[in-house]
Amino acid sequence: MNTRYAYYPGCSLHSTGSEYDVSFKAVCDKLGIGIQEIKGWICCGTSPAHCTSRLLSLALPYENLCLAEKMGMTDVVAPCAACFARLRTAIHEANEDPEIAGQISEALGKPLPKSVNVLSPLEIFSNGSGLEAAVARQLPELKVVCYYGCLLTRPSKVMQFDECEYPMAMDELLRSVGITTLEWSYKTDCCGGALAMTRTDVVLKLTRDIFEEAKTVGANAIAVGCPLCHVNLDTRQEEVEQEYDVQYGLPIFYFTQLMGLALGVPTDKLGLHKHFVSTDELLRSSSKGQLAAG
Amino acid sequence: MTESTLTITSQSQLADAVFRESGQNVNLCYQCRKCAAGCPVSYAMDYRPAQLIHAIRLGADDLVLNSKTPWLCASCETCTTRCPQEVDVAKVMDAVKIIAVREGVKPPIPEVASFYRAALANIKKCGRMYELGMIVGLKLRTFDFFKDAGLGMKMFRKGKLKMIPSLTGARTTWKIFRRVKRFERKNQTT
Ligand code: SF4
Ligand code: SF4
Repeated sequence: MNTRYAYYPGCSLHSTGSEYDVSFKAVCDKLGIGIQEIKGWICCGTSPAHCTSRLLSLALPYENLCLAEKMGMTDVVAPCAACFARLRTAIHEANEDPEIAGQISEALGKPLPKSVNVLSPLEIFSNGSGLEAAVARQLPELKVVCYYGCLLTRPSKVMQFDECEYPMAMDELLRSVGITTLEWSYKTDCCGGALAMTRTDVVLKLTRDIFEEAKTVGANAIAVGCPLCHVNLDTRQEEVEQEYDVQYGLPIFYFTQLMGLALGVPTDKLGLHKHFVSTDELLRSSSKGQLAAG
Repeated sequence: MTESTLTITSQSQLADAVFRESGQNVNLCYQCRKCAAGCPVSYAMDYRPAQLIHAIRLGADDLVLNSKTPWLCASCETCTTRCPQEVDVAKVMDAVKIIAVREGVKPPIPEVASFYRAALANIKKCGRMYELGMIVGLKLRTFDFFKDAGLGMKMFRKGKLKMIPSLTGARTTWKIFRRVKRFERKNQTT
């Protein structure tokens, strides 16, 4: 297998979002996409860095791009939407302003890589064709809304990713492996990720609005591409239910988990047991539907 | 000639400081309030994003630097994306926080400031975020030991939190933090 992408997991995919890590790798494996983890990668700094020091918030991501270059790779794939945003922002700002590029290079004590691209798995998976042919399992019961959150698409000038107010990349990808996704208006609303540790009250309100809309359009699951969104929507769902005296029971999947299921990765290899909101019932009814259909 | 090349001569020192910190010219704002309308957290803020921008233009330092608004900002970038004048409002929010800290203003939402400090201390020391260590660090700063304790325990049982930090890259982050600090100090004094 040719290694084509340097893989930057970021901190979340090694801890709270480890399901995203295993399912991303499983899908790459199925599709024959070669990835190699960046050796010695460091944290991208995320919100605390850009809220504290502009230079620090650009230098930390760039260190990882330098490490990728050292491995002889120019395409970096970053599944975590927050890391993806910080890496693309760093490249954008350095390109826009040679002075800041000079400062970053001074902070790192080395020259910046000349050409390096940062990609989301949504981009690398949609580049490949033949997805339809790889489908091994039908999931007819699933009615999914795709929740892109803030950081994949905004700010559009920097991210250059899909249509910023109404993206379709994740919908199209899931549809191409036979999963039904629904139209809804909360695709890019904020879940309050940056306030998760501090102002839970804000997070509970914002996530409730998302659940309400998902239920209104008839969804029975939400697909995400960001570990911070996953933490808010999955691990805090019970808290939202208690706070507002409602019942949602909406399983939250990483889109890579759904792809993995459709491509025939065994259910126990996708980290589903780590979810707070159980996916068992939904997937059981799905496989029943399949038996009946077959 | 684009509008950003029009110069407005007398502007507040605060607007100047924001410009130096973020490259953003708040004088471009024409108060359409699209930023405030789309902000998911504006309901909890003391001044809505458009009001804060205006206060910076007016040089209302006290109001701006003590406002809860930038500390509640979730960095969702909705304002930035929608501003017809291409003011990067989210970057202005960051700049205000950075200036307030530099001026020694007591952060109006202390737990958010504590979170930033705990997270950065953690990254500097560990190279990668070590969640468990960061949570402990945050609790030692806020003294709020019971907040989310149940959630944390459940995450731990589900294997979502690591017991031991990896420490890969710790030397690298330590060096980067030190060089950035040195650079910023040098810039302050010149
Ligand atoms: S959207 Fe832009 S122009 Fe409109 S009020 Fe906000 S900052 Fe001003
Ligand atoms: S980035 Fe901050 S100020 Fe702007 S819309 Fe989002 S929360 Fe509001």
